[in-house]
Amino acid sequence: MKKIVKKHPLAIRWLHWINFPLLAIMIWSGLLIYWANDVYKIGWGDKTILKFFPDSFNKALNLPFRLAEGMSLHFVFMWIFAINGIIYFLYLLFSKEYKLIFPNKKSIRESWLVILHDLHIKKGLPPQKKYNAAQRIAYTGVIVMGFLMLLTGLAIYKPAQLYWLCAILGGYEWARAEHFIMTILFFLFFLVHVLQVIIAGWNNFRSMVTGFEVLPADSATNAMETDDATTPEITNTNN
Amino acid sequence: MNNIEKVVSDSYVRNKTLLAFILFFVFLAVSIASWAWLHKQPVEAGVVKPLRSVLNFNESFFTNIFSGNHLAKTFPVSAAAPRVRVNGDAGMSEDFDPAAWKLQIVKKTGDTLLISIDEIKSLPKTEIIFDFKCIEGWSQVTHWAGVKFSDFAKHYNLTDEMNLKFTGLITPDEEYYVGIDNKSMVHPQTILCYEMNGAPLPMNQGFPLRLIIPVKYGIKNLKRIGTISFSNNRPKDYWYERGYDYYSGL
Repeated sequence: MKKIVKKHPLAIRWLHWINFPLLAIMIWSGLLIYWANDVYKIGWGDKTILKFFPDSFNKALNLPFRLAEGMSLHFVFMWIFAINGIIYFLYLLFSKEYKLIFPNKKSIRESWLVILHDLHIKKGLPPQKKYNAAQRIAYTGVIVMGFLMLLTGLAIYKPAQLYWLCAILGGYEWARAEHFIMTILFFLFFLVHVLQVIIAGWNNFRSMVTGFEVLPADSATNAMETDDATTPEITNTNN
Repeated sequence: MNNIEKVVSDSYVRNKTLLAFILFFVFLAVSIASWAWLHKQPVEAGVVKPLRSVLNFNESFFTNIFSGNHLAKTFPVSAAAPRVRVNGDAGMSEDFDPAAWKLQIVKKTGDTLLISIDEIKSLPKTEIIFDFKCIEGWSQVTHWAGVKFSDFAKHYNLTDEMNLKFTGLITPDEEYYVGIDNKSMVHPQTILCYEMNGAPLPMNQGFPLRLIIPVKYGIKNLKRIGTISFSNNRPKDYWYERGYDYYSGL
């Protein structure tokens, strides 16, 4: 006998996994577009620490001279990315799932404890519901980034029609830079996310596919003790 | 307790997990197969057909929800770049004879108007300083002057022509050509341009007359206009044939 604890609703799982290939296509086609004017770098004056992107990177990914292809993919899959994101956001709101994701008053302080714990500096975690404080901040951050991706993208796609949006974002060239920075942040999030999923282990990963975590039948039921019965505490996950 | 958690048999867990993962792998397989299918579709003007259809849909979507009269942002003269970037020389043949140049307007009736640069310069002059945007992703604030296309069309009585859907522009050597929707052609910032930074257009900027159309990417701002014609069907377009969006509107 086993005990199963529901964790991720069906809608969240589908929207999450649909986003995975979608974001890959958007970033890939974005790279094809960016190559045609690859002006960004980290550095100052004439000093360049990191060029976006080195020639070897462009060559390895076969990016050069594919602007038209990149644009056609980007301006088609943008629809699915936007629609998927909007459905996800509406679902969070109407299912009240957002209460588990958006940070609360304690999140800032507690997120430090989570980070110290993850870095093996400190033992023990503050009590948590579905997501710990650091996860709440990271996942909410990535939702905000999705919105910014959409807004900065729209601003550079239709700068004359959406002149006001372009102006709010600091003008055409800034909006393009912001769109690029957001992409880099998305990629960094992806790396950390995958790493954390690997560390958290199979039970956690499986729950994003099946929806439930599996515990021994006689394990203590934290859910029974929480004040909010719809939000069981899951103690052994941390991704 | 609601159904948040329940005690179940091992086989229940196994079956549920198996089913979920089968669906998961079907989803991944369908995604990969769709990607492969997409790339095997017939090509229409440099782009696989399904993507081309969505690009065309984007055009009608955005032209329907947006106004045709939103102005591109303008700047003071001091913001204009003294050295204007030149990007591409298609249509700029060496053997061009400026002395023989006249603008050809092919009217709906088939008649052709021949218009000299002096006649064009005698029409009301409009200046514009705006952020010229290249489809490659760079932009530059530049300063242009010429006659508004809408003023030009009025003066030469092109009302019937402007009621058609498109205008086609071709260089004298016929090497470069664009097609533009007439809603964008009569936009108040669209000009037939003969001056840059207060001086006649340089040769490599399309002397004696080029199109400046701030609501489109640079690819539509054809240099050195030879012939202008009108049609209800899309006139041929250089970059459209090479896989770019026909509309290319901003």
